[in-house]
Amino acid sequence: MAERAQPVSSIPGIGTAACVAALILGTLAAVALRAETGGGFAPSDWAALRFTLTQAVLSAVISAGLAIPVARALSRRRFPGRRALITLLGAPFILPVIVAILGLLQVFGRAGWISDILGLLGLPPIRIYGLHGVVLAHVFFNLPLATRLVLQGWQEIPAERFRLAAQLDCSGMAMFRLIEWPMLKRIVPSVLAVIFAICLTSFAVALTLGGGPRATTIELAIYQAFTYDFDLGRAALLSALQLALTAAAALAALRFARGDGFGAGLDRAIRRWDGGAPVVDAFWIIAAAAFLLLPLASVVISGMSGFFELPTQVFRAALTSVTVAAASTAILLVLALPMAAAVATGRHGIVELAGILGLAASPLVIGTGLFILIRPLVNPTAVALPVTALVNAVMALPFALRILVPAARDTVVRYNRLALSLDMKGLVFFTRVLLPRMRAQIGFAAGLAAALSMGDLGVIALFADTQVATLPLQIYRLMGAYQMQAAAGGALLLLLLSMGSFWILDRGGRWHAEA
Amino acid sequence: MLKLDACKIANGDFTLTADLHVATAASVAIIGPSGAGKSTLLEAIAGFRDLTSGRIFWNGDDLKDQPPGKRPLAVLFQDNNLFPHLSAEQNVSVGIRPNGRLTQDEHAVVGAALDRVGLSGMGARKPSELSGGQQSRVALARVLVQRRDLLLLDEPFAALGPALKAEMLDLVADLIAGTNTTLLMISHDPQDARRITEQAILVADGAAHPPEATDQLLDNPPPSLRDYLG
Repeated sequence: MAERAQPVSSIPGIGTAACVAALILGTLAAVALRAETGGGFAPSDWAALRFTLTQAVLSAVISAGLAIPVARALSRRRFPGRRALITLLGAPFILPVIVAILGLLQVFGRAGWISDILGLLGLPPIRIYGLHGVVLAHVFFNLPLATRLVLQGWQEIPAERFRLAAQLDCSGMAMFRLIEWPMLKRIVPSVLAVIFAICLTSFAVALTLGGGPRATTIELAIYQAFTYDFDLGRAALLSALQLALTAAAALAALRFARGDGFGAGLDRAIRRWDGGAPVVDAFWIIAAAAFLLLPLASVVISGMSGFFELPTQVFRAALTSVTVAAASTAILLVLALPMAAAVATGRHGIVELAGILGLAASPLVIGTGLFILIRPLVNPTAVALPVTALVNAVMALPFALRILVPAARDTVVRYNRLALSLDMKGLVFFTRVLLPRMRAQIGFAAGLAAALSMGDLGVIALFADTQVATLPLQIYRLMGAYQMQAAAGGALLLLLLSMGSFWILDRGGRWHAEA
Repeated sequence: MLKLDACKIANGDFTLTADLHVATAASVAIIGPSGAGKSTLLEAIAGFRDLTSGRIFWNGDDLKDQPPGKRPLAVLFQDNNLFPHLSAEQNVSVGIRPNGRLTQDEHAVVGAALDRVGLSGMGARKPSELSGGQQSRVALARVLVQRRDLLLLDEPFAALGPALKAEMLDLVADLIAGTNTTLLMISHDPQDARRITEQAILVADGAAHPPEATDQLLDNPPPSLRDYLG
């Protein structure tokens, strides 16, 4: 067999993968050991389970259902701003949840635009809190994702098929049955599975728009067991339940996943000869764009008025968030780069497994486990920020690996012989060849990690006392205190910080990059 | 002297045998049909492929335990001979030190090598800012500073046009003239082989045959080579 000497060692990557696996599995073990099964599940726990499943199913079905006509319209129409709109569909992934919720409240809330219009017509205002609010927010976040995935399916249909169908004079239902339905049958189950899995671990949405006995997710119930009752045993029991749920859903989603990441090849020109009604397509595109853009526009508009009178605690929280995001990004790169190098040199097994583990555990479950583990050693609130940075990094790891591994693999395949023939290996190869060749992907992954950490409202809520706050937590507290003006200003600041950090890092990676 | 002693080299299901030696400072073409194992032979000598059995010696030293970078040879591959993110000068520098940190004297050596291949003043350019021929010249400048006894060419100029390819081969011949360097060069084109080599190794039917005079081999090709040459 061919000798496959490698210019870079896989040992550091396997080491970091082992650390990640130990961290995740360790916290899960802590949760499992601490869980108090004596009392069993209370009726409220069953209600939380029911609500979690109901909202996840509804969110997945509605997102995917709406995504189909939107993607169909986008796939067969060419118009100015189409590319920008498709790019925008990627934005909710890094949009801080609290910002979106504020925007949704301003548009759909009791005192929002829609309710105002309804009021003019003499109709009662919409009620956004509860199941429909949670589902609305989830559709806001996942409709774009679903649209991109379905659109990708449409664009993967070879142009020749459409040509053939046009030649056979297919249109309307015939075209749908012949070409589009088989594609949807293949794509839609995976879209449903992914969104279902994402919505299972919903915390910030449920925290702000849900609550109460009728609208509490398991993730939120963990938080409540913690903060209201300080019942660690019950939090751990709920965490175990959540873990079983997310692990099963993640497995299902991975089974359906087709290996391709988000964002690849979305703009191949497909010409279609079956016109369809342009009005219908225009309706779907405009409606989807409005649904996504109005809440964001609303945050920007309302935020600007309060922006220059923000209380100092908001700026202090912003500084904290920037620090946490920077630390989280650094941790992510320290973990992900050696792991990507190890996978690239052919050591998949444990490394890829460790990368996927992050998908199976939810932030609050890991948070609960970490809380249990470190409480005997230090006061958990004292390490709230480092723990947040760490958990954020671990949560971003699966995404980062999907971005980094193909580039690392490509670089090793392409340059390993040249490097070996020059006796260039180990750290020299890593710093002189691998890192420079992966710059664009490192920038993209770092940007994602920074933005996700900046906007995260999860573990921090579990660990922080009133003295510490990241910006999302501060905004949440301001909303709780009905200081909506300051909350809107803070939300605008957060929006700028997370989008800005993504933009700077992503751009930085591609700056002066050679082909 | 390069000596391949009863070597068996496996590549998947295919096995190539080689039992031959090449004199120091000889220029030798490796010719044969596609898929006959020319690259496999070169990879084994360069250390990218293990031997199933047999040994390879350079001047009496067994190369077995020497990794590719420690062997007394420089290789130019079909492609990817340069790092695209490094300048021409840096690409040459890694031939002296892989980490690219050179002393003043070594910098002068790099500069001289670039001058020698006709790239004076272009050291700061990245490969993407150079033409195909200039990129080949950078790779040759690196071979120069590596100062290895053996030079292996796996058709590095195949992507260049005929005139440019001939120019590069002449440059290779010029660069190694009088340096005692032994050249092994894979070739698909009999003209290339005649151009700069006196001897040729025929790789065909699962074996690499001992070198014989290039002209003689090409003028009176055995059947396996005749089919290929057409």
